Amino acid sequence: MLSRPAASDDAAPAARAVPVAAADDAARWLEPLRSQGPARERAVAELHALLLRAARFAVRRAGGGGAHLRELHEDLAQQSADDALVALLGKLDAFRGESRFTTWAYKFAVLEASVALRRHAWQGREIPLERDGWLALSDGGVSPGEQAQTGELLAALRDAIADGLTSHQRRVLVAVTLDGVPIDVLAERLGTTRGALYKTLHDARRRLRAALARRGFDLDPVDREEPR
Amino acid sequence: MSERLDERVRRLLGPAGPEITCEECFERIDRYVELELRAGAAGADAEIPGMAAHLDGCPACAEEHATLRALLTSRPGS
Repeated sequence: MLSRPAASDDAAPAARAVPVAAADDAARWLEPLRSQGPARERAVAELHALLLRAARFAVRRAGGGGAHLRELHEDLAQQSADDALVALLGKLDAFRGESRFTTWAYKFAVLEASVALRRHAWQGREIPLERDGWLALSDGGVSPGEQAQTGELLAALRDAIADGLTSHQRRVLVAVTLDGVPIDVLAERLGTTRGALYKTLHDARRRLRAALARRGFDLDPVDREEPR
Repeated sequence: MSERLDERVRRLLGPAGPEITCEECFERIDRYVELELRAGAAGADAEIPGMAAHLDGCPACAEEHATLRALLTSRPGS
């Protein structure tokens, strides 16, 4: 159970067919970006255009189409590209050349655009942090033959969520895994960071796994390492 | 167990193996995606252990990984 479909070991055909970027020499970017004057200004403008392309791609991919959304999406993409540029320039010395410079740059725009879209989608929406959503964890939809097996597992899970977690762990776990609240949206509402909340989620999951293992459920190994 | 139920339980329990953090994921996602595209998932997972498990357990990082990968394989102008 709980096995993930095996990932394909084949490189994506599209990646082989289409070069990522024609001129992607890191030095071509780094030297002018670290300089002063017109050369730097030109490089910054070119970099912003690159980030804007990535931000538009991310917004279009996650935000869907529709003419009524075009203006909003363009605003989000522009703001994301601006924010990504500031973040990237502040971390220029962290570029170690482990990937192409453009790939490294793209990730800043993808992050900013993805976060902006998720926050926009949840703007004004209430996050029911005290809802006992886990109590509704039922085996509805399974065949009668499966009900005994799954009923036992779900009962054990409900017990573990009720008794084995702190209230903070419980509300983070339920919000993120059952209610589908994006972790960065939840982090913003709770005044914390995405990394800190993921650590909470990780600890909660480890406790659930340990509780189920103690009750004899044959899960994957529970001796997981702490996220560092 | 039904697929729907299995998915809910899987989301609750998260990945079984060791995983990296969201911060480490962001630091290395560019390298990871390039490795995936060049050498396949197995090659990427071998070089950056814990990344695949993290992407399995963190929907936000998984979404950003999928977007970056799609961007790199998109045609210019798309």
